[in-house]
Amino acid sequence: MQIGLVHYLSVAAVLFGLGLFTVMTRKNAVGILLGVELILNAAALNFVAFEHFVAGGVSGQVFTVFIIVLAASEAAIALAIVLQVYRSYRSIMADRLTSLRN
Amino acid sequence: MPSLGAIAFLALASLTLGSAGIVAFSKNIIYSTLALLGTFMGIAGLYITLSADFLAATQILVYVGGTLTLILFAVMLTSRIEDMKVSNPRAGFGAAFALVSVVLLVLGKVATATPWPSESKPPMPSTAKLGHAFLGEFLLPFEVASVVLLAAMIGAVVLARRAVKRAWEKE
Repeated sequence: MQIGLVHYLSVAAVLFGLGLFTVMTRKNAVGILLGVELILNAAALNFVAFEHFVAGGVSGQVFTVFIIVLAASEAAIALAIVLQVYRSYRSIMADRLTSLRN
Repeated sequence: MPSLGAIAFLALASLTLGSAGIVAFSKNIIYSTLALLGTFMGIAGLYITLSADFLAATQILVYVGGTLTLILFAVMLTSRIEDMKVSNPRAGFGAAFALVSVVLLVLGKVATATPWPSESKPPMPSTAKLGHAFLGEFLLPFEVASVVLLAAMIGAVVLARRAVKRAWEKE
Protein backbone atom coordinates (compact mmCIF):
# COMPACT_ATOMS: atom_id res chain seq x y z
CA MET A 1 0.00 0.00 0.00
CA GLN A 2 1.57 3.23 -1.18
CA ILE A 3 0.60 6.32 0.79
CA GLY A 4 0.04 9.14 -1.68
CA LEU A 5 -1.40 12.59 -1.88
CA VAL A 6 -5.00 11.32 -1.98
CA HIS A 7 -4.71 9.78 1.47
CA TYR A 8 -3.51 13.02 3.04
CA LEU A 9 -6.19 14.95 1.16
CA SER A 10 -8.91 12.65 2.46
CA VAL A 11 -7.66 12.94 6.05
CA ALA A 12 -7.67 16.74 5.70
CA ALA A 13 -11.12 16.69 4.09
CA VAL A 14 -12.63 14.61 6.91
CA LEU A 15 -10.92 16.87 9.44
CA PHE A 16 -12.39 19.90 7.70
CA GLY A 17 -15.83 18.29 7.69
CA LEU A 18 -15.66 17.57 11.42
CA GLY A 19 -14.55 21.15 12.05
CA LEU A 20 -17.39 22.54 9.96
CA PHE A 21 -19.84 20.28 11.79
CA THR A 22 -18.49 21.52 15.13
CA VAL A 23 -18.79 25.17 14.10
CA MET A 24 -22.36 24.69 12.87
CA THR A 25 -23.76 22.65 15.76
CA ARG A 26 -22.08 23.95 18.90
CA LYS A 27 -23.72 26.59 21.04
CA ASN A 28 -20.78 27.07 23.38
CA ALA A 29 -18.54 29.83 22.00
CA VAL A 30 -15.39 27.96 23.05
CA GLY A 31 -16.73 24.87 21.26
CA ILE A 32 -17.12 26.91 18.09
CA LEU A 33 -13.51 28.05 18.50
CA LEU A 34 -12.39 24.40 18.73
CA GLY A 35 -14.08 23.79 15.37
CA VAL A 36 -12.23 26.73 13.85
CA GLU A 37 -8.95 25.23 15.08
CA LEU A 38 -9.84 21.93 13.37
CA ILE A 39 -10.54 23.74 10.08
CA LEU A 40 -7.25 25.65 10.27
CA ASN A 41 -5.33 22.44 10.94
CA ALA A 42 -6.98 20.75 7.96
CA ALA A 43 -5.96 23.63 5.69
CA ALA A 44 -2.40 23.55 7.01
CA LEU A 45 -2.17 19.80 6.44
CA ASN A 46 -3.32 20.34 2.85
CA PHE A 47 -0.63 22.97 2.31
CA VAL A 48 2.14 20.68 3.57
CA ALA A 49 0.84 17.67 1.61
CA PHE A 50 0.68 19.61 -1.66
CA GLU A 51 4.16 21.00 -1.06
CA HIS A 52 5.56 17.53 -0.39
CA PHE A 53 3.90 15.72 -3.28
CA VAL A 54 3.38 18.35 -5.99
CA ALA A 55 5.05 21.71 -5.64
CA GLY A 56 8.41 21.08 -3.98
CA GLY A 57 10.35 23.86 -2.30
CA VAL A 58 9.28 25.20 1.08
CA SER A 59 6.47 27.62 0.19
CA GLY A 60 3.79 25.33 1.63
CA GLN A 61 5.58 25.11 4.96
CA VAL A 62 5.98 28.90 5.00
CA PHE A 63 2.22 29.23 4.53
CA THR A 64 1.64 26.73 7.31
CA VAL A 65 3.81 28.73 9.70
CA PHE A 66 1.72 31.81 8.91
CA ILE A 67 -1.46 29.79 9.52
CA ILE A 68 -0.10 28.77 12.94
CA VAL A 69 0.76 32.38 13.75
CA LEU A 70 -2.70 33.61 12.74
CA ALA A 71 -4.39 30.77 14.62
CA ALA A 72 -2.51 31.70 17.79
CA SER A 73 -3.45 35.38 17.56
CA GLU A 74 -7.04 34.50 16.63
CA ALA A 75 -7.31 32.23 19.68
CA ALA A 76 -5.94 34.93 21.99
CA ILE A 77 -8.35 37.61 20.71
CA ALA A 78 -11.35 35.28 20.60
CA LEU A 79 -10.80 34.05 24.15
CA ALA A 80 -10.46 37.61 25.43
CA ILE A 81 -13.81 38.40 23.80
CA VAL A 82 -15.31 35.22 25.29
CA LEU A 83 -14.16 36.28 28.76
CA GLN A 84 -15.79 39.69 28.36
CA VAL A 85 -19.01 38.11 27.07
CA TYR A 86 -19.06 35.82 30.09
CA ARG A 87 -18.64 38.82 32.39
CA SER A 88 -21.63 40.59 30.83
CA TYR A 89 -24.03 37.65 30.31
CA ARG A 90 -22.82 34.96 32.79
CA SER A 91 -23.07 32.57 29.82
CA ILE A 92 -21.18 31.98 26.59
CA MET A 93 -23.91 30.09 24.75
CA ALA A 94 -24.07 31.73 21.35
CA ASP A 95 -27.88 31.56 21.13
CA ARG A 96 -28.33 33.72 24.22
CA LEU A 97 -26.34 36.68 22.93
CA THR A 98 -29.33 38.38 21.38
CA SER A 99 -29.24 41.94 22.69
CA LEU A 100 -29.00 43.30 19.14
CA ARG A 101 -32.03 41.36 17.89
CA ASN A 102 -34.74 44.00 18.54
CA MET B 1 2.02 -6.65 4.31
CA PRO B 2 1.81 -2.88 4.42
CA SER B 3 5.02 -0.95 4.74
CA LEU B 4 6.16 0.79 7.90
CA GLY B 5 5.30 4.21 6.47
CA ALA B 6 1.78 3.07 5.68
CA ILE B 7 1.30 1.73 9.21
CA ALA B 8 2.59 5.01 10.69
CA PHE B 9 0.29 7.02 8.43
CA LEU B 10 -2.76 4.93 9.32
CA ALA B 11 -2.04 5.15 13.05
CA LEU B 12 -1.52 8.92 12.92
CA ALA B 13 -4.57 9.46 10.73
CA SER B 14 -6.79 7.43 13.03
CA LEU B 15 -5.43 9.31 16.07
CA THR B 16 -6.14 12.63 14.36
CA LEU B 17 -9.61 11.79 13.11
CA GLY B 18 -10.66 9.92 16.27
CA SER B 19 -9.71 12.85 18.46
CA ALA B 20 -11.40 15.24 16.04
CA GLY B 21 -14.53 13.11 16.32
CA ILE B 22 -14.46 13.48 20.10
CA VAL B 23 -14.02 17.25 19.64
CA ALA B 24 -17.06 17.34 17.38
CA PHE B 25 -19.39 14.99 19.28
CA SER B 26 -18.50 15.03 22.98
CA LYS B 27 -21.11 16.46 25.32
CA ASN B 28 -18.51 17.79 27.74
CA ILE B 29 -16.49 20.83 26.71
CA ILE B 30 -13.51 19.69 28.83
CA TYR B 31 -13.36 16.37 26.96
CA SER B 32 -13.61 18.24 23.65
CA THR B 33 -10.71 20.50 24.58
CA LEU B 34 -8.53 17.66 25.79
CA ALA B 35 -9.30 15.63 22.67
CA LEU B 36 -7.94 18.54 20.64
CA LEU B 37 -4.55 17.54 22.12
CA GLY B 38 -4.76 14.23 20.24
CA THR B 39 -5.64 16.00 17.01
CA PHE B 40 -2.67 18.36 17.30
CA MET B 41 -0.31 15.47 18.12
CA GLY B 42 -1.60 13.47 15.16
CA ILE B 43 -1.19 16.42 12.81
CA ALA B 44 2.38 16.90 14.09
CA GLY B 45 3.09 13.24 13.34
CA LEU B 46 1.62 13.62 9.85
CA TYR B 47 3.94 16.61 9.33
CA ILE B 48 6.87 14.34 10.21
CA THR B 49 5.75 11.76 7.63
CA LEU B 50 5.63 14.65 5.12
CA SER B 51 9.28 15.51 6.02
CA ALA B 52 8.30 18.82 7.60
CA ASP B 53 10.26 18.43 10.82
CA PHE B 54 10.33 22.11 11.81
CA LEU B 55 6.56 22.35 11.42
CA ALA B 56 6.02 19.34 13.66
CA ALA B 57 8.05 20.95 16.44
CA THR B 58 6.29 24.29 15.92
CA GLN B 59 2.90 22.58 15.97
CA ILE B 60 3.60 20.99 19.34
CA LEU B 61 5.22 24.10 20.83
CA VAL B 62 2.64 26.65 19.67
CA TYR B 63 -0.59 24.67 19.54
CA VAL B 64 -0.16 22.27 22.45
CA GLY B 65 1.95 24.58 24.60
CA GLY B 66 0.19 27.84 23.82
CA THR B 67 -3.18 27.70 22.14
CA LEU B 68 -4.51 24.61 23.92
CA THR B 69 -3.48 25.95 27.32
CA LEU B 70 -5.20 29.24 26.49
CA ILE B 71 -8.41 27.45 25.46
CA LEU B 72 -8.30 25.32 28.64
CA PHE B 73 -7.99 28.51 30.70
CA ALA B 74 -11.01 29.97 28.91
CA VAL B 75 -13.04 26.79 29.46
CA MET B 76 -12.21 26.72 33.17
CA LEU B 77 -12.96 30.43 33.58
CA THR B 78 -16.30 30.40 31.77
CA SER B 79 -17.95 27.06 32.61
CA ARG B 80 -19.75 26.64 35.89
CA ILE B 81 -19.00 23.32 37.51
CA GLU B 82 -22.61 22.48 38.40
CA ASP B 83 -23.85 22.49 34.80
CA MET B 84 -20.85 20.59 33.45
CA LYS B 85 -23.17 17.85 32.13
CA VAL B 86 -24.60 20.17 29.51
CA SER B 87 -21.56 22.36 29.02
CA ASN B 88 -21.47 21.74 25.27
CA PRO B 89 -25.01 21.59 23.87
CA ARG B 90 -25.75 21.21 20.18
CA ALA B 91 -28.38 22.39 17.77
CA GLY B 92 -29.15 22.37 14.06
CA PHE B 93 -28.09 18.82 13.21
CA GLY B 94 -29.96 18.61 9.90
CA ALA B 95 -28.49 21.64 8.17
CA ALA B 96 -25.01 20.79 9.46
CA PHE B 97 -25.22 17.20 8.19
CA ALA B 98 -26.46 18.37 4.78
CA LEU B 99 -23.74 21.00 4.35
CA VAL B 100 -20.94 18.74 5.61
CA SER B 101 -21.95 15.87 3.33
CA VAL B 102 -22.12 18.18 0.31
CA VAL B 103 -18.68 19.63 1.14
CA LEU B 104 -17.20 16.16 1.67
CA LEU B 105 -18.68 14.93 -1.62
CA VAL B 106 -17.21 17.85 -3.55
CA LEU B 107 -13.81 17.55 -1.84
CA GLY B 108 -13.70 13.79 -2.37
CA LYS B 109 -14.63 14.14 -6.04
CA VAL B 110 -11.93 16.77 -6.60
CA ALA B 111 -9.31 14.77 -4.72
CA THR B 112 -9.97 11.51 -6.57
CA ALA B 113 -10.78 12.84 -10.04
CA THR B 114 -7.74 15.09 -10.47
CA PRO B 115 -4.63 13.28 -11.76
CA TRP B 116 -2.15 14.31 -9.08
CA PRO B 117 1.51 13.41 -9.57
CA SER B 118 1.98 10.56 -7.12
CA GLU B 119 5.72 10.14 -6.69
CA SER B 120 6.94 11.03 -3.22
CA LYS B 121 10.07 13.09 -2.84
CA PRO B 122 12.85 11.64 -0.68
CA PRO B 123 12.61 12.80 2.94
CA MET B 124 15.04 15.46 3.98
CA PRO B 125 15.35 18.01 6.79
CA SER B 126 13.76 21.25 5.62
CA THR B 127 14.52 23.57 8.55
CA ALA B 128 17.54 25.27 6.95
CA LYS B 129 15.67 25.92 3.70
CA LEU B 130 12.71 27.23 5.67
CA GLY B 131 14.98 29.68 7.51
CA HIS B 132 16.49 30.93 4.27
CA ALA B 133 13.01 31.37 2.80
CA PHE B 134 11.85 33.38 5.82
CA LEU B 135 14.83 35.75 5.75
CA GLY B 136 14.92 36.03 1.97
CA GLU B 137 11.88 35.59 -0.20
CA PHE B 138 9.27 35.89 2.56
CA LEU B 139 10.93 38.60 4.66
CA LEU B 140 8.08 41.13 4.39
CA PRO B 141 5.27 38.68 5.36
CA PHE B 142 7.50 37.46 8.20
CA GLU B 143 7.82 40.99 9.61
CA VAL B 144 4.11 41.67 9.07
CA ALA B 145 3.35 38.48 11.01
CA SER B 146 5.36 39.79 13.97
CA VAL B 147 3.39 43.05 13.84
CA VAL B 148 0.16 41.02 13.76
CA LEU B 149 1.27 39.05 16.82
CA LEU B 150 2.10 42.26 18.69
CA ALA B 151 -1.27 43.78 17.78
CA ALA B 152 -3.09 40.61 18.84
CA MET B 153 -1.24 40.55 22.16
CA ILE B 154 -2.05 44.19 22.95
CA GLY B 155 -5.63 43.70 21.77
CA ALA B 156 -6.12 40.62 23.95
CA VAL B 157 -4.78 42.46 27.00
CA VAL B 158 -7.02 45.46 26.36
CA LEU B 159 -10.08 43.31 25.73
CA ALA B 160 -9.66 40.94 28.65
CA ARG B 161 -8.87 43.37 31.45
CA ARG B 162 -11.52 44.49 33.89
CA ALA B 163 -12.56 48.10 33.74
CA VAL B 164 -11.09 49.34 36.98
CA LYS B 165 -12.58 52.52 38.39
CA ARG B 166 -9.93 54.58 40.07
CA ALA B 167 -10.66 56.60 43.17
CA TRP B 168 -10.82 59.92 41.34
CA GLU B 169 -13.26 58.48 38.78
CA LYS B 170 -15.81 57.37 41.38
CA GLU B 171 -16.40 60.83 42.73
